[in-house]
Amino acid sequence: MNIADYKGVWVFAEQRDGILQKVSLELLGKGKEIAEKLGVELTAILLGSNVDKLAEELVAFGADKVLVANSHLLKHFTTDAYTKVIAQLVKERKPEVILVGASYLGRDLAPRLAARLVTGLTADCTGLDVDMTTRNLLQTRPAFGGNIMATIECPDHRPQMSTVRPGVFEKLARDNQAKGTIEEVKFELEESDIRTKVVEAVKSLKDIMDISEAKIIVSGGRGVGTKENFALLKELAEVLGGSVAASRAAVENGWVDKAFQVGQTGKTVRPNLYIACGISGAIQHLAGMQDSDYIIAINKDATAPIMGAADLGLAGDLNRIIPELIAQIKAIKA
Amino acid sequence: MNIVVCIKQVPDTNEVKIDPKTNTLIREGVPSIINPDDKSALEEALVLKDSIGAHITVISMGPPQAEKVLREALSMGADEAILITDRAFAGADTLATSNALAGAIRKLDYDIIFAGRQAIDGDTAQVGPEIAEHLDIPQVTYVEKVELMGNELKVRRALEDGYEVITVKTPVLLTAIKELNVPRYMNIKNIYTAFQKEVKIWTANDIDVDKALLGLAGSPTKVRKSATKEAKGLGELINKPAKEAAEYAAHKLKELHII
Repeated sequence: MNIADYKGVWVFAEQRDGILQKVSLELLGKGKEIAEKLGVELTAILLGSNVDKLAEELVAFGADKVLVANSHLLKHFTTDAYTKVIAQLVKERKPEVILVGASYLGRDLAPRLAARLVTGLTADCTGLDVDMTTRNLLQTRPAFGGNIMATIECPDHRPQMSTVRPGVFEKLARDNQAKGTIEEVKFELEESDIRTKVVEAVKSLKDIMDISEAKIIVSGGRGVGTKENFALLKELAEVLGGSVAASRAAVENGWVDKAFQVGQTGKTVRPNLYIACGISGAIQHLAGMQDSDYIIAINKDATAPIMGAADLGLAGDLNRIIPELIAQIKAIKA
Repeated sequence: MNIVVCIKQVPDTNEVKIDPKTNTLIREGVPSIINPDDKSALEEALVLKDSIGAHITVISMGPPQAEKVLREALSMGADEAILITDRAFAGADTLATSNALAGAIRKLDYDIIFAGRQAIDGDTAQVGPEIAEHLDIPQVTYVEKVELMGNELKVRRALEDGYEVITVKTPVLLTAIKELNVPRYMNIKNIYTAFQKEVKIWTANDIDVDKALLGLAGSPTKVRKSATKEAKGLGELINKPAKEAAEYAAHKLKELHII
């Protein structure tokens, strides 16, 4: 493998049912920064059936080029089809970096692809940078359950692959004047290549707001005590114009749906305001919210780890503090 | 039916603490456990064994002390246990690890390979799919339900906002998430027989893989540096009656133009 032959930054543009996933747009934002540092082109890789309109979207969000693989066999994601097509494109065109959103599907695709290409993959990167002396990607990620931060490099193999969770990077503002090339690519793919069959697809959480979009979050943990008591947090969230979220403990107790879970195995959020109620502040939870602009923690225990991560810690009973806080906020707003 | 289950011994990262004086991880005294997602993978294999009869082999790559989790798996009901352990595996990233495990699995008969989705120390969710690629078998990840229908499986895989039902023929690799089931406890009879059984120890010489693909040398990714996260400086701590605390907080929010 001649490293120098590999040029260009690719972003896998994940679409589901013809809708581009936000994480892919976020990766275009970061990808552009990396491509500029390296002085190379940013290319979005789009697979699907009749998804040309999405290619224009990708240009508007920063792609210099979009490679479109169009086939009815690519309409729904399957590991076999997507891995085969992307691996072919990589072998032909030799990108030096590939970024994949760490959605459930991204985390299915990326390792399969990395193993096929015999290259390195770093999962759930929270930071991406370039070492200008070597042109190597510097990939930073939490490790040991989020207790440490590691910087990983893939010096001798190409492409360098990373997955990134939704909400970690920001997408660029949409630019309808942006120019880019859209190319429909040829590839080999037969029905017999695909060994799994999707027989049913069910969306079970229709109108639940994506908490990673919320600017203000009121989050509850074990200290909330009961499912019913979450109503208190909901009220506080409403008066602030924000959303409710939860720690893993609250989700595992069945008090809220897992779509609201913040943390290492939940979502990453970076709202303007994060109020942690009855949350102890385990590392795995902090990993999902510590980049929030302002963090308030309400906890009976003044020595709980969350207090060390918060900008403002209120030691006390959330059942007393939250109603008072709601009253105070209403008074100020009036 | 032959089932192979890949398990990993991990430190219980939920119990890890940071030494406040030095801001480093306290690694001593951290209990070791079977990785939770792997335990669910094993439980699913045991459920299949209970319903249709299956031979379950659990396998792990690790240092000698990983034998402990293999014994625990035998106590839960697995039939055979193999520890692949060798200094040649040291420093392995996910690709090298998956190559070692695939090398071992090539020596076994399997219809289904179960693995946990991700380990609580590495959190990558890469080894399962990479093993499937090396063995050239299909994969289904984030599995939350498994039904056997002849030589075909009907599997439910979780998505962020719902799920998909997928059919696939064996051999296949499935990665399990905790939602799949509630793992059983070890049972007294099995604990006794677990200690009668031998945990087979295999080295790099016993597995079917190119040695150049193992260990640090076989790892395309390298750790350049690692550090405990800097503790965000302690902010303000208010220890006052609810009303005053709330007043202070509301005032702060106004200052910050949040309200």
